[in-house]
Amino acid sequence: MRRTVVTVSIHAVLLLSAVLTLLPLLWMVSASLMPPGEASALPPRLLPSRPTLEHYGSLLSRLKLAQSLFNSAFLATVTTAIALFLNSMAGYAFAKLRFAGRDRLFRGLLAALVIPGQVAMLPLFLMLKQMGVVNTYWGVIIPGMASVFGIFLVRQYALSIPDSLLDAARIDGAGEFRIYRSLVLYVCAPILVTLAVFTFMGTWNDFLWPLVVLTDDGMYTLPVALANLAGEHVQDTELMMAGAVLAVLPVMLLFIVLQRYYVAGIMSGGVKE
Amino acid sequence: MMRRGMKPGHAFVAPAAIAIGVFFFIPALASLLLSFTDFDIYAVADLGRLRFVGLANYARLLGEARFWTALWNTLYFVFIGGPLSVAVSLGAALLVNARVVRLKPVFRMIFFLPVVTTLVAVAVVWRYLYHPRHGLLNLMLAWIGIGPIDWLGDRFWAMPAIILMAVWKNFGFNMIIFLAGLQSIPERLYEAARLDGANSWQQFRGVTLPMLRPTFLFVAVMTMIGYCQLFAEPYVMTQGGPAGATLSLVLLMYEEGFRWWNMGYAAALAFTLFVLMLLFTLVQLRLRSANETTPGVGRA
Repeated sequence: MRRTVVTVSIHAVLLLSAVLTLLPLLWMVSASLMPPGEASALPPRLLPSRPTLEHYGSLLSRLKLAQSLFNSAFLATVTTAIALFLNSMAGYAFAKLRFAGRDRLFRGLLAALVIPGQVAMLPLFLMLKQMGVVNTYWGVIIPGMASVFGIFLVRQYALSIPDSLLDAARIDGAGEFRIYRSLVLYVCAPILVTLAVFTFMGTWNDFLWPLVVLTDDGMYTLPVALANLAGEHVQDTELMMAGAVLAVLPVMLLFIVLQRYYVAGIMSGGVKE
Repeated sequence: MMRRGMKPGHAFVAPAAIAIGVFFFIPALASLLLSFTDFDIYAVADLGRLRFVGLANYARLLGEARFWTALWNTLYFVFIGGPLSVAVSLGAALLVNARVVRLKPVFRMIFFLPVVTTLVAVAVVWRYLYHPRHGLLNLMLAWIGIGPIDWLGDRFWAMPAIILMAVWKNFGFNMIIFLAGLQSIPERLYEAARLDGANSWQQFRGVTLPMLRPTFLFVAVMTMIGYCQLFAEPYVMTQGGPAGATLSLVLLMYEEGFRWWNMGYAAALAFTLFVLMLLFTLVQLRLRSANETTPGVGRA
C-alpha cells in the first residue's frame, strides 16, 4: 500500500515537472498560431481560436527571415563540415601518429580550455576587419573551424583504434591520408556524429559572436535577426513567437533524432558547448 | 616537400593547430596588450592614434560604478543561479532515476529539451511569459493568490527572473551527468545498507550523497564557470536594466567594446572576467586532485 502511494506521488511530481518544463515551449508554438492580439488578450488563452500561419508568412516574406534562416542553415552546415575535417585529422594524429612535440602541443591546446572566448573577441574582431571578412560568412566560420573540445573528443575515441589495424593498412601500402580517409573516419563515425551535432547546434544557437561580426540585416543569423526584431516588434507577441519557433524547431528536431549521440558527447567531454 | 624531421602527424594537426593558434591564442594574448592601450573609435580608423596607457584602464574600471554593478550582478547570478541550477538538476535526476518510475527515457528527453533550444529564442518567449499583465507566470501565481509582479521591470525581481529562466534552460544538462553518476553507484552498497535496516532516506544520506559527491562538486564548479558568461538573457530580456539591475560583465564588455568602441577599456573588462573564471578553474583543479576519480564524468 505504502509502495503504491510512493509510486503514484513520484509520478505525479514527475508529470507536473514535465508539464512545467514543456509549458514555455508549448505556449510558444500555440501563440505563434494565434491571430494578431490574441496572445495578449485578457483573460489569457492557451489555444488559438482559429489557428493561422500568417505570422510565419509575414516573417519569411516581409521581414526577410527567410534570408536569416538560410544564413543560419548555411553557416551551421559549412562550419560543421570544416570543423569535422580539421578536428578529426588533428584528433586522430594526437591519438595515433608519432611526431615531435606531439604531447607538448596537445597540452598547450588543452590550456585553451580555461580561456573564455570573450577574451579573444575584441582583437579577433580587429584582425578579421583587417582581413576584410567582417560582415561576411567567413567572419562567422573562421573562429569555428577548429576547436579544442572537438580535437579532444576525437582523440579520446581514436585512442581505442588498435595499432595493428593501422599497421596492417600500412603494410598493404596505404598512405597516411588514405588510412585516415578510408579507415579512421569509418571507425570513428559515432564520435564524428556526436561532434557534428554539437558543432551544428553550437553554431546555430550562437549569439554573441554573430552579433558582433555581422552588421547587415541581410547577413544576420536567426538569433541575431530575432533579437533585432524583438526590439522593433515588442507588441507583436504572435509574430515574435513564430520567429522563436523558426529558430528552435530545427535544432530540436535534430536533437530528438540524434539524441543518443548528443548525450554521448556530454559524457565523454564533460565540457560545456 | 617535407622537411627533415617533419612527419605526417605534423601535417595532420597543422590546419587545426594553426586555426586555433591564429584565431584564438594570438587574439587572447593580444587582448592583454590591448587592455594596456587607449584603443578607441579614433584608433579603429587610424592606428597611429594608439597610445600605451599602462594600467590606466584597470584603474578606471575600479573607479567606475557600472563595473562594480556588473561584477555584483554577475556574482549574484553565479552564486545564486549556479547552486539553484545544480540543485534542480540533482532533484530531476533523483526523480527520473527512482526505481519505480516508468517511461524514464521520455521524462529524460523532456527535461533535456530546453538545453538544446536557441537561447535568444527562449529569452524572447520568457519575456512574454514574464509580462506583468498577460504573462502566463503571473496568471498562474494569481491562482494561488500572489499579486502581479513586474518581473523584468522591477529592480528587485529582474535578476531572480533571469535566474529562473536560466535554471529552466540549463538543468537538463547537469541532470544527464547526475544520472550517469547515480547509475555508476554499485547496487551492492544499497543492498548492504538495506541489510543493516536502512530506510530510503537513510540510504540516500548514507550511500547516494557520499557517492555522488565528486560528480556534484565537478558539476557545481563547471556550472558556475559557465554562468560567469551571462550575456544573451539580459541583452534580449532587459538590456541590462532596470537601472542596471541585470547588467553583466560580458554585457558591459560588449557595450563598451562594440557599441562605443572603447576597445582598450573593454579588453580590461574581458581580462577581469578571465581572472574571475580562472579562480573557479583553480578551485576545480584543487577539487579534482582531492578526489581523483569522478564517477560518471570524463575528464574535462
